[in-house]
Amino acid sequence: MTLSLVRFLKAALPGAAVLLCAATASAQEVNLYTTREPGLIQPLMDAFTKATGIKVNSIFVRDGLAERVAAEGTRSPADVLMDVDIGALITLVDRGRTQPVRSSVLEAAVPANLRGSDGSWFALSLRARVLYVQKDLSLKSFTYEQLADPQWKGKICTRAGQHAYTTALIAAYIAHYGEARAEAWLRGLKSGLARAAAGGDRDGARDIMGGICDLALGNSYYVGLMRSGAGGPDQEKWGSAIRIILPTFENGGTHVNVSGAAIAKNSPNRANALRFLEFLVSDQAQKMYAEANFEYPVKAGVAAHPIIAALGPLKVDGLPLVEIAKHRATASKLVDKVGYDR
Amino acid sequence: MLRRPGRGSPWLAASGIVALLVIAPIAALALTASRGSADLWQHLIAYVLPVAVRDTFVLLLGVGLLTAAVGTTMAWLVTAYDFPGRRVIDWALLLPLAVPTYVVAYAYLDILHPVGPVQTALRALLGIDDPRDFRLPDIRSMAGCVVLLGFVLYPYVYLTTRAMFLMQTANLVEVARTLGISRRGVFLRVAFPLARPAVAVGLSLVLLETVNDIGASEFLGIRTLTVSIYATWITRSDLAGAAQMALAMLAVALGVVLLERWARRQRQYANDAQHARPLEPQRLAGWRAGAALVAAITPVAIGFAIPAAYLVDEALARVRFAGVSRVILSETSATIGLSLVATALTVLAGLGVAYAVRATGRAAAGVLARIASLGYAIPGTVLAIGLLPVVTGIEAFVDSGARAVLGVSTGLLLLGSGAALIYAYVVRFLALAVGGVEAGLSRVPASLDEAARTLGESAGGRLRRIHLPLVRPALATAALLVFVDCMKELPATLLLRPLGLETLATHLYGEAVRGTYEDAAIAALLIVAAGLVPVVILARVSRARIHAGPLL
Repeated sequence: MTLSLVRFLKAALPGAAVLLCAATASAQEVNLYTTREPGLIQPLMDAFTKATGIKVNSIFVRDGLAERVAAEGTRSPADVLMDVDIGALITLVDRGRTQPVRSSVLEAAVPANLRGSDGSWFALSLRARVLYVQKDLSLKSFTYEQLADPQWKGKICTRAGQHAYTTALIAAYIAHYGEARAEAWLRGLKSGLARAAAGGDRDGARDIMGGICDLALGNSYYVGLMRSGAGGPDQEKWGSAIRIILPTFENGGTHVNVSGAAIAKNSPNRANALRFLEFLVSDQAQKMYAEANFEYPVKAGVAAHPIIAALGPLKVDGLPLVEIAKHRATASKLVDKVGYDR
Repeated sequence: MLRRPGRGSPWLAASGIVALLVIAPIAALALTASRGSADLWQHLIAYVLPVAVRDTFVLLLGVGLLTAAVGTTMAWLVTAYDFPGRRVIDWALLLPLAVPTYVVAYAYLDILHPVGPVQTALRALLGIDDPRDFRLPDIRSMAGCVVLLGFVLYPYVYLTTRAMFLMQTANLVEVARTLGISRRGVFLRVAFPLARPAVAVGLSLVLLETVNDIGASEFLGIRTLTVSIYATWITRSDLAGAAQMALAMLAVALGVVLLERWARRQRQYANDAQHARPLEPQRLAGWRAGAALVAAITPVAIGFAIPAAYLVDEALARVRFAGVSRVILSETSATIGLSLVATALTVLAGLGVAYAVRATGRAAAGVLARIASLGYAIPGTVLAIGLLPVVTGIEAFVDSGARAVLGVSTGLLLLGSGAALIYAYVVRFLALAVGGVEAGLSRVPASLDEAARTLGESAGGRLRRIHLPLVRPALATAALLVFVDCMKELPATLLLRPLGLETLATHLYGEAVRGTYEDAAIAALLIVAAGLVPVVILARVSRARIHAGPLL
């Protein structure tokens, strides 16, 4: 037994060694932990490497990025932490997984309401939570409040209530009107659901095309991904089956969320990490966010992609993003309370 | 029984080490859970549990009934009857094992969507233009989820039950046939009751897979307890609360496992195994043969052929659209490499743990074997979260030692090398190996051990010269199941893999999240293709070696 174990290890170890994905330290690299899909940031990483010669190693994690960095502690190779939701980003900051940084480049590029006041996080791109509308409906404008209108009973498609995109919107509603009114609104929206709250935003467009619903909530960039044909010919059809309205709160603007990044607390390549962040807010990178990902750039003066610009002027809701992040847990509990995902 | 006190304790020690490795992440979870308050439970009891428990129960009941029905009838069909195509169907029925549930769910949503091929054709046939005027029911429902999971997971029941039918029932079935009992009567009154323990083994695997499923159920809008754990942890950032829920669920799952043990207790096969002989299949002709073929093709079509054909179609569209990305080759080799190493270690550990029970005959070894099997009852991400502090704790220990003695830092020795991931796979799937080997050993008559012992053979020698040759088929089956499961594993892989390493499953997930499904289809197809190889081997092994031993 012992013998065969030794023999086995002898056979297995070289194999395992091949798998060792070299996390070996070299001077010119930066390590990125991200919840953003690799396909979306790969072009940015490649452009950074081309511009600076600094290699970017990345790992795409869905859940547990904060836990992993925390467990790795002082030995963590993470230099930059990137997240696609303001709530998750603030959680990283609150748990002490990030470090503040002062940079005139970052401060000039990113508006003050889209970064931590001490430089502990920076938004890199914006997306709006917009309304996909069945294209024959003669609907001119829309408010988030109207989603609870009985007129739309059984006609709305959304993601799961517990998905970060939905809880962020609910949190924004709580920030505007308080928990009690948000609950009543969410109950109204729930009775508006045409099917189980599940799947992705694009499913909303497809379901509108398939006659399952008339309205769907979705992120603005999916419109670009579908309509540009980047997602293939089927998705192009879904994209053309809908019209887009940028809804607003009655006394505010359109709900937005951010993708953002922070420098990790124990970043071993801090200088490179800062260069990477500064690169991500450069005109070149911001243009890539707009052109390849169909997001709204955070930097003034960089234009959105024509498909996105055609959706109309974006009037961002005045609520501070950190305010939304604060109400995230309450929003999640409301989802349970009204049985939104049942 | 001869018993020499003190003998076999190395086996017990080895088993103890394995059990310790499994219990470590669970202990870490318990520690995390204890740091939280109990406030969460008020909210859960009021708003979450009533529905989540009901939905989980309905899902388990539905999937359990469906897999039991499909698995046993198919097993009976291919062992008791002969019909054209049986030889192929015999192994083809295992094919759904190769397809991850999340892939099947996505494929069917697309195929059966109002704008998908089926309903579009149907409307054309009926002369209806607008999907608003005619639609089939949405598969994003409990019924849809039960059917999809049922037709993907039934092979576990099929595999265990077929082995039982092949080995056990010949004499009794022939007697029943001679006595003029109808075909249905033979199945319901003789074969099925005899196979009940085998059904229970397969079923317990199915139920644990179902309860831990996050891909398909979440995608189809079913809020199981596992989905609620995620909401607690991710959306409310309440890791302690999530750990409390996970442990409560583990307790329930443990109940299921113990129930299965209890069901298995009742069988005593070892003695008659020597006298077993294969059942002579009855030849079916005419419409009966046709009906049998159609019945047997149906589950293969639903669980494998249709989603696989969909993937081929999507993948081809992508290749025409943009070609194949080169990284997919390195991802394939990484996936296979990791899975192979994990499988070898899992089977080795499973063999040690299961053989410790046999060699020592001590109750403690049995308890250790149950502990070693706990990982299968924990959702992948929850297990990964429990493993993180364990793995990084070991790393910190080694690192400080290396700094003190050698003056170098070993950094993230386990997370950075993929060893953490392999650790996770072993813990997660060890139950398959332990259970498989245990069942295999249970068919080896104790008289063989006693004879060998009398002749002075040591525990290790008995394993090498008697048990290993006899349980090789069971070992092979366990290895192949573990391998296929490792390849499909997503949640733990996402969290524990080294910087820069992608497997097919993580690639697939990344593309699916982004919505570039055609790209995802290529990765999904490769998972299925790589999963096919072991499934086909499994089918051959299980037929050829059936008389030498059981499968699970």
